[in-house]
Amino acid sequence: MINASLPELRRALDTRQLSAVELASLFLDRIDAHNPGLNAFITVDRDGALAAARAADERIAAGTAGALTGIPLAHKDVFCTEGVLTTCGSKMLGNFVSPYDAHVVSLLKAAGAVCLGKANMDEFAMGSSNENSAFGAVKNPWNTARVPGGSSGGSAAAVAARLVPVATGTDTGGSVRQPAAFCGITGIKPSYGLVSRYGMIAYASSLDQAGAFGASAEDCALLLSAMTGFDERDSTSLERPTEDYAAALAAPAAAKPLEGLRIGLPREFFAEGMADDVRAAIETALDQYRALGATTVEVSLPNAKLAIPAYYVIAPAECSSNLSRFDGVRYGHRAADYGDLADMYSKSRAEGFGAEVKRRILVGTYVLSHGYYDAYYLQAQRLRRLIAQDFQAALQHCDVIAGPTTPTTAWALGEKSDDPVQMYLSDIYTIAVNLAGLPGLSHPAGFGADGLPVGLQLIGDYFAEARLLQAAHRFQQATDWHARRPAGTA
Amino acid sequence: MSLSNDQVGHIARLARIALSDAELDATRAKLNGIFELIEQMQAVDTKGVEPMSHPQELATRLRPDLVTEPDRRDAFQKVAPQTEAGLYLVPKVIE
Repeated sequence: MINASLPELRRALDTRQLSAVELASLFLDRIDAHNPGLNAFITVDRDGALAAARAADERIAAGTAGALTGIPLAHKDVFCTEGVLTTCGSKMLGNFVSPYDAHVVSLLKAAGAVCLGKANMDEFAMGSSNENSAFGAVKNPWNTARVPGGSSGGSAAAVAARLVPVATGTDTGGSVRQPAAFCGITGIKPSYGLVSRYGMIAYASSLDQAGAFGASAEDCALLLSAMTGFDERDSTSLERPTEDYAAALAAPAAAKPLEGLRIGLPREFFAEGMADDVRAAIETALDQYRALGATTVEVSLPNAKLAIPAYYVIAPAECSSNLSRFDGVRYGHRAADYGDLADMYSKSRAEGFGAEVKRRILVGTYVLSHGYYDAYYLQAQRLRRLIAQDFQAALQHCDVIAGPTTPTTAWALGEKSDDPVQMYLSDIYTIAVNLAGLPGLSHPAGFGADGLPVGLQLIGDYFAEARLLQAAHRFQQATDWHARRPAGTA
Repeated sequence: MSLSNDQVGHIARLARIALSDAELDATRAKLNGIFELIEQMQAVDTKGVEPMSHPQELATRLRPDLVTEPDRRDAFQKVAPQTEAGLYLVPKVIE
């Protein structure tokens, strides 16, 4: 049952093969058994989960269950959950029991999903390895000496280790797609504006977007369908009708189900920098796409290499502004000893924030300071325009863009934790997508030389989520990379 | 570009983050590494390119000027470090 897909779990619940309470208990027991070794959760909410499961059972009995009623999930600890500790991976919020729910949390509660707990993450979603959590690093279920990726590393590790069937995450520069790739699961970041950011603790507001993790594109489609929709409490929430992404996956079986799909391969993503084992897996996966009827065409994203420098101006600038709210006055950590008000702010923030968060606040403060704004912030925003235009030009020649999600498989714990720039460079294939605000998906595409998963990234035009999920689903119907599981998940 | 310890200290003061002398050198070295990466941006001529602040061209929505939120002061102040009689307590600012 732990490896069942969401449609299989739905059938099991609807046919009373097991109750929502039994299903929640099954996964809660797995968390108890396996989380000590993985550290994927910051908070496990057994009582809340069982209460939600009992309510789900009542809905199922009353015949009013929806697609997610009784389905267990985990929320990344960036989402505010009323009455439950919400830390954002930071000592700053180490005692913050949220007085309200994020929009995503409300939607999934209303759908009857059962939240088992809050997933570990890099502090304030800043990191690519989950080593920046104030609650300790998360371990990769495929090899516990390796990182799970970040910043949504706890969500990805929990789904990969089958501690939960699906999980939410957020993606500001790759934080859903990269950990999905490292942990051998599927993850989707939708177009900017599709999922409300209300109650999602802000890092870089023009880039932050919630996403979904699952074992397959089909599971991601079911979860994402319940997360999207207009919310007037987020000023960037888009007023457009919601889509049923799962229904979009249904199609009659065909020998060449991807006939007509044009896949663009950016020259720059296949140049040097990609590890040989990743390249081999990606090439094999692309052959599979061609066998399913897709055609491939070379495209170019000439400014893609500037995405990292531009991102490390824009994201820190927005972060320095967003995180100014943590002042030790209304919520969060306050230093024990202080003199005047300025001293209280400075000490509370010095104690509450970890090293990487401080670095990004300092970088952001500098690039926004008097005399440097034009040279850094405006230049980065101009590059952002060029990067977004590159994608639009490339998408004139193809329906989706494909390439590796990451240049390498998961690295060793500690390998890059003292070298921020090396860590930043590992996000080379994912960051440009956030700058443009496009949807991106990562799905398993084989294994590297060390037996660790490789992820293939699909990028689409604005609101092409259904197309990305459909392409990944067809690939997964013809292959079994997504069905491979790390040891301990039988 | 290379930041001096004085500049790093100034930025930290602007950001309201206490930085001890012992942390200053290590912080400066890491920040300079990051700025070396950022400097790559300056190689590109972006004259005439409109800065992009946001993926979607959105107009700010307006709403009727009505009270929409209930009073939840007690719930919100439960998570505050120090309150008294419904007020947030901070060190005295005005003598």
